Amino acid sequence: MRALFPADPRVYQITLLASLLGYGVLALDFDVKPAHAAAIVATALVTQLACTRLWRLPAFDPKSALISALSLCLLLRANHVGVPVAAAAIAISSKFLLRWNGKHVFNPTNFALVAMLASGQAWVSPGQWGNAAILAFLFGCLGMLVVYRAARSDVTFAFFAAYALLLFGRSLWLGEPLTIPFHRLESGALLLFGFFMISDPRTTPDARAGRVAFAALVAFGAWYVQFRLFRTNGLMWSLVTVSMVTPLLDRVFRGARYGWPAPSTAPSTAPSTAPSTAPSTALSPTPRPA
Amino acid sequence: MTHRTVPPAGVARTAAAVLLALALPSAALGFCGFYVAQADAKLFNQSSQVVIARDGDTTVMTMANDYRGALEEFAIVVPVPVAVTRDQVKVAEKSWIDNVDAYSAPRLVEYTDPDPCPPLVTYDEDRVGPSEAAEGAAPMRRSAATKSSMGVRVLDSYTVGEYDIQILSAEYSSGLEAWLRQNHYRIPDGAGAILQSYIRQNMRFFVAKVNLGEQRRLEQPFLRPLQVRYTSPKFMLPIRLGMVNADGAQDLLVYALTPRGRVETTNYRTTKIPTGQNVPEHVKSDFGSFYKALFARQVERNGMESVFLEYAWPLSVMCDPCSADPVPPDQLTALGADWVGSGGGKSSNAAYLTRLHVRYDLAHFPEDLVFQETPDTSTFQGRYVINHPFTGDTSCPAGRVYERTLAARQQEEVSNLATLTGWSAAEIRTRVPTRANPEAPPTPKDDGFWRWK
Repeated sequence: MRALFPADPRVYQITLLASLLGYGVLALDFDVKPAHAAAIVATALVTQLACTRLWRLPAFDPKSALISALSLCLLLRANHVGVPVAAAAIAISSKFLLRWNGKHVFNPTNFALVAMLASGQAWVSPGQWGNAAILAFLFGCLGMLVVYRAARSDVTFAFFAAYALLLFGRSLWLGEPLTIPFHRLESGALLLFGFFMISDPRTTPDARAGRVAFAALVAFGAWYVQFRLFRTNGLMWSLVTVSMVTPLLDRVFRGARYGWPAPSTAPSTAPSTAPSTAPSTALSPTPRPA
Repeated sequence: MTHRTVPPAGVARTAAAVLLALALPSAALGFCGFYVAQADAKLFNQSSQVVIARDGDTTVMTMANDYRGALEEFAIVVPVPVAVTRDQVKVAEKSWIDNVDAYSAPRLVEYTDPDPCPPLVTYDEDRVGPSEAAEGAAPMRRSAATKSSMGVRVLDSYTVGEYDIQILSAEYSSGLEAWLRQNHYRIPDGAGAILQSYIRQNMRFFVAKVNLGEQRRLEQPFLRPLQVRYTSPKFMLPIRLGMVNADGAQDLLVYALTPRGRVETTNYRTTKIPTGQNVPEHVKSDFGSFYKALFARQVERNGMESVFLEYAWPLSVMCDPCSADPVPPDQLTALGADWVGSGGGKSSNAAYLTRLHVRYDLAHFPEDLVFQETPDTSTFQGRYVINHPFTGDTSCPAGRVYERTLAARQQEEVSNLATLTGWSAAEIRTRVPTRANPEAPPTPKDDGFWRWK
């Protein structure tokens, strides 16, 4: 069965994100301006190309840049086209500029979104997916495939377990009906985050124990922002904050570094998105199933 | 093409009538509180209106009051995030909310096709509408009292306009329920658990009932809206209590006034109502039924899980078309948009109005509405278009082309109407006089409903 699929899980992720974007625009009336989407994709690819040249990487690989671009198309909304352009440039360049111990610190999309939210010029609509159960099911199945291929399903499961625990725990303490935490868990935005953003194998801790701790911290942070500070987009703010702890988690919990399968035109041991000059100890070029 | 707005005030008021008439029967609203009776009158909630002005963490909530029952039986309990002092509670004027409603209501515009034979380019737009005089807030009279009982603490007690207000904090829902019953309030079954969850969130309770003496003295025939101001990061509307004694689905209209941009819900999908479509001429005679059916259809198509955006527009940008006169700046200020016309770098241009319409019940809306203000300054309105065909001589070549395109357009209008409302296309065709079907009953001109006020 696996022989039917290409080795690189990013191919699935690109396909799925593009499908979700199409579904969002056509069925859910997402307010995605074509000019903004085109600007995001173009800027992401140009930035990736420029950084590839600047850091003298062996080959230009557009897959990660496309994933970031599609994610921004799904999430980022702004009045002026300059905002998505800036977001795409920040997302891609952050992979090359904000590095620690040979890997980038932040999920590129997450970092760019938070930067734009902080600027006050952009917004993210966490309610845009609605709570339709069928949609949740779709997300779940498709996302499962991606995390399986990307070998980071543990972080997704740990995140959902921790977040569900917090939601149910709060509702039980308040005496609320359990339809409330269930409704919150059915959120398309939450599933998208859990399956596609927090599971980024390039920014999560190397060891399984580290990833579980990472996921639990993200879940707690998101819960805290939403239910204690009463602010929106807690998932985004929490992930960007906890990502800064990843180097510490990697020191505490040692594990094998993840690398994307190299493009066929490049040397087989080179990670496609890592600068060739970066330290690359403990690379694990083959995805490790959960 | 000649175009003019259909008597805009009429349109707006028609739409307003629809929204109110949808579910506006004998009893009243209760989006965030429940009505508790001091007698055994059966009460239920079906529709409500609330204006929320929000700047930073300061929220001013003005709750319209459609209550039509006996005044001595009226009482409302509203959870608020923090304790509110007597200076933070006022009585507003219903006309302020009516003006915001009329200005933002879904609207119908009409165009008249030009004579296709002699080319004609004219443009004519009318804009008329009622203008309500600004009214000041009611004077406040106070009488403080504090007591503790059953874990319930009366933080403040005073009279504002025709209302007696009490601000309560409680430790247990059982204590709160007991206190309310002891004070002759009737509590709906099932309210206790919800009260408990608000108590655990450290929320306070705003309790209002009618002071009959004041009501008679002030000669107020209707209960005026209550307005409460508080500072809290929570940008939400507690709708759960209102569902305790609700009889079926309820409608809620939220008019958000914000300094930056559009407001949306974060825990439910916000969907734009279909807009900009051409519909048959006869819709003009019954725009109320049309929009009522359209809204019901959209609720159904979205599985009753969406909040609908009906209007989003910066008040600095002239509406096109306007359905009513703009809301005067002093009324916006009175509704809590303090930054409007207050100087200090902000002007009336900085206000943005969002109109959200939601039909909800417990099965589809289990949790309270949570909002966010976005920087989105784009414009949106629910707007429907009718085109009156040219009725003169069309025997010239251009006229014959016009006749062919007109027939296709009228078919499309019927199709649009059927899709928007769920009505049968065949049934619609029997009511629409077209070139292809001139025997249909003529479009009635302005009738009573059209001029409804």
